[in-house]
Amino acid sequence: MGWAIALHGGAGDIPRSMPPERREPREAALHHCLQIGVDAIKAGRSPLDVVELVVRELEDNPHFNAGKGSVLTSNGTVEMEACIMDGNRKKCGAVSGISTVKNAISVARLVMEKTPHIYLGFDGAEAFAREQGMETVDSSHFITPENIERLKQAKTANRVQSNRTVGCVVVDGYGNLAAATSTGGLVNKMVGRIGDTPIIGAGTYANSLCAVSATGKGEAIIRATVARDVAALMEYKGLSLKDAATYVIEECTPERTAGLIAVSATGEVTMPFNTVGMFRACATEDGDSEVAIWHDEPCD
Amino acid sequence: MGGWAIAVHGGAGVDPNLPNERQEEAKQLLTRCLNLGISALRSSLSAIDVVELVVRELESDPLFNSGRGSALTEKGTVEMEASIMDGPGRRCGAVSGVTTVRNPISLARLVMDKSPHSYLAFSGAEEFAKQHGVEMVDNDFFITEDNIGMLKLAKEANSILDSNIRAGILRCSGGEADPNERPPNQRYAPETVGCVVVDSQGRCAAATSTGGLMNKMVGRIGDSPLIGAGTYACDLCGVSCTGEGEAIIRGTLARDVAALMEYKELSLQEAVDYVIKRLDDGKAGLIAVSSKGEVAYGFNSVGMFRGCATEDGFMEVGIWE
Repeated sequence: MGWAIALHGGAGDIPRSMPPERREPREAALHHCLQIGVDAIKAGRSPLDVVELVVRELEDNPHFNAGKGSVLTSNGTVEMEACIMDGNRKKCGAVSGISTVKNAISVARLVMEKTPHIYLGFDGAEAFAREQGMETVDSSHFITPENIERLKQAKTANRVQSNRTVGCVVVDGYGNLAAATSTGGLVNKMVGRIGDTPIIGAGTYANSLCAVSATGKGEAIIRATVARDVAALMEYKGLSLKDAATYVIEECTPERTAGLIAVSATGEVTMPFNTVGMFRACATEDGDSEVAIWHDEPCD
Repeated sequence: MGGWAIAVHGGAGVDPNLPNERQEEAKQLLTRCLNLGISALRSSLSAIDVVELVVRELESDPLFNSGRGSALTEKGTVEMEASIMDGPGRRCGAVSGVTTVRNPISLARLVMDKSPHSYLAFSGAEEFAKQHGVEMVDNDFFITEDNIGMLKLAKEANSILDSNIRAGILRCSGGEADPNERPPNQRYAPETVGCVVVDSQGRCAAATSTGGLMNKMVGRIGDSPLIGAGTYACDLCGVSCTGEGEAIIRGTLARDVAALMEYKELSLQEAVDYVIKRLDDGKAGLIAVSSKGEVAYGFNSVGMFRGCATEDGFMEVGIWE
């Protein structure tokens, strides 16, 4: 038992040849967000508060595909989505099509707490956020030169590209669990395209056994109901967290499509992925902590 | 075992005082849709084609809450959503926030077949529909007198409507419900429609379509378009759910039926019963078929409009327990 936290900045074809000037800020961000999360846990914040806090930090960081730094739709605009789930009673909130609210994960939390619904999209989500007095900015705030370039390349190659969601999962010392995921989606996606992130059971899930946040090719994660399946394997087949997560990544999703982070009620952590890399970090109460990108860096 | 099987539903959570004429109308519609599906199966149409066909029929009829006859948002407009899933390969397609496409289920199918994505919503979905020459109509087309009346009542009661209020309208000649008969604040999603089929090759498919909750917030997305919640199909089975969307989403109902079969090796009926029994603080129902030609349904709500049939001649249409 004991608390545990894991966070990710996305799984994908992260080249090992990534130059230091690109790698270092991302690693620094992972360290920083991990520290923020650990400090919050030690200060007694609830897992729900911690996952929201950490994901907000990842959203504000322009190096990841969420909030500022989100990839662009085929129209050159930003459409963000996010989801948060509380393992106790499985309350959840999700949003899609956010274009002016600084932190989509916080809108998702408000949907969960302030509406009779779970999921709001597009104009309705934006209107709700405004009514709630959330901080909005001009949508150009989220757009970075890097992503303008990525879109250009994707259009030239006439393809859609996955580029790294962010997420966080936490368990406290009492076994309370929460998960949160946020993303800008796919590079060059069709306007209105929804991915796995806001779909409970696909990109995000938490119950009394575990909390999971997935990343990778949205369509593959939806079809394999990745986040729910980790929990289902534990519950229905009695697998351990690690075995369940590994099974889902290795057997249920095609090569190079997915990764996930998960914690269990008993304080375990696992972060399997079948892509080239996954920006990730984790820490447990007994003092273990790791930040990694590729496979040969041990973390679970 | 083996052979085709089909089930349809028109929603879980039925007013116990629903007038007989409405009950009859509903049963006739369910029967008609079942028969449509059965002829298609006999003509060897694949499961994915049959579920789409049947749900189109349900969407076109204003009786249930999908397509024409959809529940209204708080602004008095219609926002429809639907999803479809093909068991072999688990391909899927979904749409939300559809306002001018005549048959949302067919748009969901197009997303599955003709786009690089699984789920499109709002203006993006409408744009995609336009590009593909899908049949489009004004939003008014979907709005019925009945639903305008119910939205008014729901706003007065300031609650999300369930079918008791609907029965209230129908019972009184003036078209106005007796305020003393308003139900307690319940969150139902009556009359989502759905169809699940296994064809004679053992391929399963599922499809679900809805207008969502009466008086819902603009932009609210429910369980119907969410793969794993309202709809799911794989090699083992096809499932379509209906009822309180929030409970179905939290419970990942449709996926759980399949997961229980796959990971706990329960039979179709056992998995359905298990899932329904475990619904906590939520009312819902579902229909399911297995690749072995079985059909099953379950609900913890008061009633569920449903019909099912199997190749060996079994056929049943019902509303109550």
